[in-house]
Amino acid sequence: MPPLSSLARGEERAAWLFLVPSLVLFTVFTALPVISAFLISFTHWDLFNPPRLALLDNYVALFNDPIFRQVLGNTGFYVLLAVPLQMLLGLLCALGLNRGVPGQSVFRVIYFLPVVTSTVAAGLVWAWLFNSNFGLINMALSLFGVSDLPKWLVSSRWAMWAVITVSVWQGLGYSMVLFLAGLQNIRKDLYEAAALDGATGWTRFWYITLPLLSPMTFFVLIISIIGSFQVFELVYVMTKAGPSNATNTLVYFIYQNGFSFYQMGTASAAAMVLFLIVLTLTLVQYRLQTRWVHYE
Amino acid sequence: MNSARPAPKPVDWLIFFVLLIGALLMCGPFIWMLSTSLKPSAEVFRFPPTLLSAHPQPANYGRIFSTIPFGQALTNSVIVATSVTLLQLIVCSMAAYAFACLRFRGREVLFLIYLAALMVPSQVTLIPNFILIRNLGWIDTYQGLILPYAFSSFGTFLLRQYMKTIPIELIEAARIDGANHAQIYAGVVLPLALPALGALAIFTFVAQWNNFLWPLITTSKPSMQVTTVALASLQGQFNTDWPLLMTGSVLAIVPMLVVFALGNRSFISGITTGGFGGR
Repeated sequence: MPPLSSLARGEERAAWLFLVPSLVLFTVFTALPVISAFLISFTHWDLFNPPRLALLDNYVALFNDPIFRQVLGNTGFYVLLAVPLQMLLGLLCALGLNRGVPGQSVFRVIYFLPVVTSTVAAGLVWAWLFNSNFGLINMALSLFGVSDLPKWLVSSRWAMWAVITVSVWQGLGYSMVLFLAGLQNIRKDLYEAAALDGATGWTRFWYITLPLLSPMTFFVLIISIIGSFQVFELVYVMTKAGPSNATNTLVYFIYQNGFSFYQMGTASAAAMVLFLIVLTLTLVQYRLQTRWVHYE
Repeated sequence: MNSARPAPKPVDWLIFFVLLIGALLMCGPFIWMLSTSLKPSAEVFRFPPTLLSAHPQPANYGRIFSTIPFGQALTNSVIVATSVTLLQLIVCSMAAYAFACLRFRGREVLFLIYLAALMVPSQVTLIPNFILIRNLGWIDTYQGLILPYAFSSFGTFLLRQYMKTIPIELIEAARIDGANHAQIYAGVVLPLALPALGALAIFTFVAQWNNFLWPLITTSKPSMQVTTVALASLQGQFNTDWPLLMTGSVLAIVPMLVVFALGNRSFISGITTGGFGGR
């Protein structure tokens, strides 16, 4: 490095002064905790006694734990259904709103409202709607003559479907807004050129809209998958992971082990599994973006 | 939006109709929540259900404040969300100013490290942060609820991207006039970055108001609970008193609807330009 002029040195000093608050907070509440979580995952620690070295015990125990395997399965099932449904509905709304239908700005706000709604409050309302005896959904079903009413949140067959329904309701506005931004970035003259070539609505959608929307689609996909792997509040409020772990998910498992069972090692090991999943998905995003995604 | 749109075609009216049904489905839970919150307790179990009670009970909204310290919970949420928002605006804008407007060794590396933190799910740092707060004796304190959120990589990234678009000539001109870095930051860059600061403010306030897991594990006294935690504990105690639970939900949601109504444009621009979404 060449010696810095006094002006540049002043700028350098100023820069670090501006960075001090963020550096302190970042180090204390993000960087060191990530390292600590990694280290804690190799210990047995109940917070009341000093930690004992466990090496890989927690990880081995996790993957031999039928509940943890069920938790991974549940989380995967949830992600596999919630993400495509939420994206598909968000895309359909965005396509509808992008045509300039009457009242579109009102629609956009309405579809987005659940996104800014507290998930705890939303979960409570939906728990009431899904109440198997007095909930509006089962009352409506019985008015339509359904006799074998699902027990929803207390049924291991239906509880996860209920949670998925709520998360789609809450998340589709988020996809919609991102898709709308993506659609508005597509140049109008491409459609005009296609119209001159005699392309109809469906071909235009298939050969212009969809390929040019692919960067946004890919972005929404990864963001939604990462977000869905972290589902917690809905499970906490609607089912408490029940019945018999039918809706237990990765973050609920971390919470349960850390703060109900005081097994910090197990909870941290599970958190590392979550970290690994999110990290892999983010790296996949960077690698595949160039291959699958069409830019203009 | 351009104003010279072609008149809607029949197919547009069909789409309008479908979107209308969808909008009703989206609003349904809000309407039902409001309806239940105003019903007498026995009426919620009646079949067939009624939308508007013959005997509406606005007094339900008073009941929640006498049953649990819900007023304190709302106050705590305001205190925490406001403090976190103000702190993030200061801390992130200072960092963003250094990254966007100043040259220093290690700038790219440090920025990459901050960005990499976006890949870390918050649940990974949950346990070490809980242990830290507990060891500091900060359980049931405002600083325990606020300080872990005083900085965000997302906010720094959002503001830095925006500050990058400020013409360098404006900064150079101020420098030639003899302004120092603090004066340029406060007098030139911050005023020009107001739209991005607004987006970050609304975004952070809403996220903090709705935050649940961290306040859940770091508070135990009812007087220190925030709204979301108070609501969840209300559910634990009165799990069949639906009118009471629904009044609590309405009171938790309405402030965010107001905030969103005031700033939905900058909120959405925060999502779409921030690029990393609301994580």
